Amino acid sequence: MSDAMKSVAIARMIERPNTKQFIRAIFDDFLEFHGDRLFADDGAVVGGIASLDGIPVTAIGIQKGHTLEENVNCNFGSPNPEGYRKALRLMKQAEKFHRPVVTFINTAGAFCGIGAEERGQGEAIARNLMEMSRLKTPIVSIFTGEGGSGGALALAVGDTVWMLEHGMYSVLSPEGFASILWRDSSRVAEAAELMKMTAKDLLENQVIDKIFAEPKEGLEKNLKFTTREIKKALLETIPELQKMELKELLEKRYQRFRKFGDFME
Amino acid sequence: MGRNDSLNLFGKKSYYPVELGDNRQKRNDRRKSKAEPSIPDGMWIKCNTCKAIIYKKEVTEYKLCPNCDAHFRMSPAERIRILCDEGSFQELDAGMEPKNPMDYPDYEAVIEKAQKKSGMKEGVVTGVCRIKQQPAVLAIMDSHFMMGSMGSVVGEKVTRAVEYATEHELPIIIFTTSGGARMQEGIISLMQMAKVSEALGRHDEAGLLYVTVLTDPTTGGVTASFAMLGDIILSEPKALIGFAGQRVIKGTIHQELPEGFQRAEFQLEHGFVDRIVHREKLRDELAAILRLHRRQ
Repeated sequence: MSDAMKSVAIARMIERPNTKQFIRAIFDDFLEFHGDRLFADDGAVVGGIASLDGIPVTAIGIQKGHTLEENVNCNFGSPNPEGYRKALRLMKQAEKFHRPVVTFINTAGAFCGIGAEERGQGEAIARNLMEMSRLKTPIVSIFTGEGGSGGALALAVGDTVWMLEHGMYSVLSPEGFASILWRDSSRVAEAAELMKMTAKDLLENQVIDKIFAEPKEGLEKNLKFTTREIKKALLETIPELQKMELKELLEKRYQRFRKFGDFME
Repeated sequence: MGRNDSLNLFGKKSYYPVELGDNRQKRNDRRKSKAEPSIPDGMWIKCNTCKAIIYKKEVTEYKLCPNCDAHFRMSPAERIRILCDEGSFQELDAGMEPKNPMDYPDYEAVIEKAQKKSGMKEGVVTGVCRIKQQPAVLAIMDSHFMMGSMGSVVGEKVTRAVEYATEHELPIIIFTTSGGARMQEGIISLMQMAKVSEALGRHDEAGLLYVTVLTDPTTGGVTASFAMLGDIILSEPKALIGFAGQRVIKGTIHQELPEGFQRAEFQLEHGFVDRIVHREKLRDELAAILRLHRRQ
């Protein structure tokens, strides 16, 4: 099995630790907050306030379940518009109280359904992209598993973007890529390879800034192995970002995404 | 002058000379024409909405179906002609062309084919123009170029147009039409969504006007970024507007989609479009919007 397919398989494992587990392992005193104040509370997005060794932070992430029942509650980690709007509400709250934001991304993608379209899935994602790009507080985004397209990006416009060793991030699933571009869904492995969706490829493309190693025995068996390192990195990075002049912070975030593109003139 | 005048229905009739020999010749021609249609290619087109066969000359520069008023898809050049003051459009970044960030096999050939087919270098035209004397930056996407998909060039040109508008304190109008992100450019195409959105954030902070005109079809990554960020969002009638493709939704929820799902009228009803504007009125409405936002 290629490295790409290995990461795809591992990132999607039902045992893979989910956002709530990451939050509990990294922060203390997590208080979950609910609802977007507009329509509903989306179980696919969890968020609230917590302490990072005494630093108040807002932690938000896309939640997957380990059982069918859990997955029904969190819609298999595919948010509806109200999920993205809840995330934005909590980010604006963080901005008001000068709390840094840490986001955890693990989703196959934004939910595709009639209700999601009626309530403006596109608008919800678009709004997050624009508002995150100018949020007046530091943002660290961490890809812990799957990173499926716009539904993942909607929580990932960070000052720095990190990824676990077997995380992935792509414009669409390798299955979708193979069936749309080649009309041949059996070429998934080839698609995964070509799409450069592994942590290593993404680091090379500067889409992510840092990779966290996972334990040999599997992340689900030894979460601390990785979260210890994430916590250490957050404790270094967040005070640095907080020290930065706001103007510089926002300019750097702007340039971080401004640079992407491959063209000739 | 009414339409009837040109057909001369009520004017003096002229008489047709009848010649036997010619008639026989005509009958032979008619027989021949059944076997091989003698209508020149492209004289007739079929409306995809009402399925009527339309004589091409009846379609005006607005590209509407003379039978059902459907708004056909247009190229940027055609839009500029009906929208901008004559000679006012000055293109920006005209020479930009894509590279191949993912080393996608044969991407160069795919691009070359799309360029030949559309006569365009890429999927968007940007520039500065005047609409009834009002200056504005304009970006017009083209569905004829790889379904208006957004890769590096579309993202960069739109971002630069937005930045130009911010720098020169100008309003920007973007005509969207897109199947979504350009798959062949992988994750780099996804990053374009963030890039354009952040540029629009700065334009917004500067207190400048952004108008989106949604045209058929606007979907995927373009809907989930700049299409939905206008201060004012206009749409052409019946345009398909949505995030997810209809086939994908059907595949996810395994049920039929309601009539009119994701059309402009549906988006208006659900609160995501300010106004649906007939194409013949678009220039007037945009001019009025620009005038009412003129900086004092």
